[in-house]
Amino acid sequence: MKRYGEHRFPGKLFVVEGIDGSGKSTQVMLLHEWLHAEGYGVIFSEWNSSPLVRDTTRRGKKKQMLTPATFSLLHATDFADRVEHNIIPLLKAGAVVLCDRYIYTAFARDVVRGMDRKWVRELYSFAVKPTAAFYFRVPLEVAMKRILVGRSGVKFYEAGMDMGLHEDPEQSFQIFQGKILEEYESMITEFDLTTVDATLPIEEQQAHMRQIVKAKLAQAKRLRVAP
Amino acid sequence: MRETYTVTLPKMDLAELTGRLIVIEGTDGVGRSTQIKLLRPWLEQQGHAVLDTGIKRSQLASRGIQQAKEGHTLGRITLSLFYATDFADRLEHEIIPALRAGFVVLTDRYIYSLMARAIVRGLDPSWIHNVHSFALKPDATFYLRIGVDDLIPRVVFSTGFDYWESGMDLYPSEDMYESFRRYQTALLAQFDAMAQEYNFTIIDASPDIQTVFERLRAGISRVLKGEPREPLFEMPASAPPAANSGVTEATSAGKTKRSGAEKQSGDLQESA
Repeated sequence: MKRYGEHRFPGKLFVVEGIDGSGKSTQVMLLHEWLHAEGYGVIFSEWNSSPLVRDTTRRGKKKQMLTPATFSLLHATDFADRVEHNIIPLLKAGAVVLCDRYIYTAFARDVVRGMDRKWVRELYSFAVKPTAAFYFRVPLEVAMKRILVGRSGVKFYEAGMDMGLHEDPEQSFQIFQGKILEEYESMITEFDLTTVDATLPIEEQQAHMRQIVKAKLAQAKRLRVAP
Repeated sequence: MRETYTVTLPKMDLAELTGRLIVIEGTDGVGRSTQIKLLRPWLEQQGHAVLDTGIKRSQLASRGIQQAKEGHTLGRITLSLFYATDFADRLEHEIIPALRAGFVVLTDRYIYSLMARAIVRGLDPSWIHNVHSFALKPDATFYLRIGVDDLIPRVVFSTGFDYWESGMDLYPSEDMYESFRRYQTALLAQFDAMAQEYNFTIIDASPDIQTVFERLRAGISRVLKGEPREPLFEMPASAPPAANSGVTEATSAGKTKRSGAEKQSGDLQESA
């Protein structure tokens, strides 16, 4: 069993992280389009998307029977399935793998929910270290404005309602995201995250990202599958 | 106060868990569930409320694990974590509440089986230990031990060879007998190693059901009365058994009883 470290696979792994409303999903979508147009074999993998675990997660959320521990372990199971069946084989095959959220999401959320910091990090030590991890840094107020406008309410776990932070889901959501933001901030140096100023115009952020990705792919021209 | 192996979970209140947590461990087909079926009514006749639980029986993850196993596409890490999820759900929603209510919790397997399976499948032992480090330390673990030669006929003439119990994911072969033998031998070695580390009470599971039942009953009776373990069931001990009682009686003052008891179990641990 390999432990969190630089992989030696021919593929490359880029991940985006940040609180809800940081704009990371938009950015990773644009990056995906660009890489595809450039001729790379590019694959996208989303947090909490393993078909194996889907029914269990849905059941746990619907019945509100998840505790911080089972929430954490279930997401780790989901991630493990994607790593074992998806991410690692694709990296071996030479793909460019893009992940919307990665282990840092779990580190932030689980620790805010009260799980032991060291335990969670050790739990995910089977993860592959990304070629680059982009952290979309945004002040809480900006993210909240983006997200709560035109949205018909936040879900129970999304708002951190399981922690009893506040009776009002919207208030609870803000408190929860604020705590997650603090965790992200402390991980920048711990995991050498590449910070992107998520208050800048979308185009500027994307240009910044592409520049970094391009440099990382420079040694990997053979990853191109199309002209 | 009760302890976990290292970490505690959020809102995990370890105070006043007055029940008893008794683990029945052992490999596939050794007769654990048969014994638990006998133990439960026996305990109830004595007035104990019993919760019996076991691997893959959680409300949360039971169905999901079953579905995943039918597909045979489970990765080793994924499988281990799915089982850990099942365990955490039962620990928080069944085991701890039952202990708080004063029940005797009989569990068919515990984290030891989960760890043994993971280690046999090549996962890092320190990783899998960490995953389960929030587990409560049980009051006693009875390890039903059997040699692989005694085990095989039992399995063949009861349930037959099962894909996962034969480690077919590990040792794919057309011959399930060979896979079963290799897999169960590897598992037994892990259990034997853990017997020392986790202070198991070893019970020879090769005799008939009634004999094993009697031995289990004697062991459990001692746990429920808070008595030290019967030396008969111990791993060969190096220290003379008389040393323990000496310590208890020699201690004086208010906290005599408690420190005496702790010292005793400490001694047993060392000699095991």
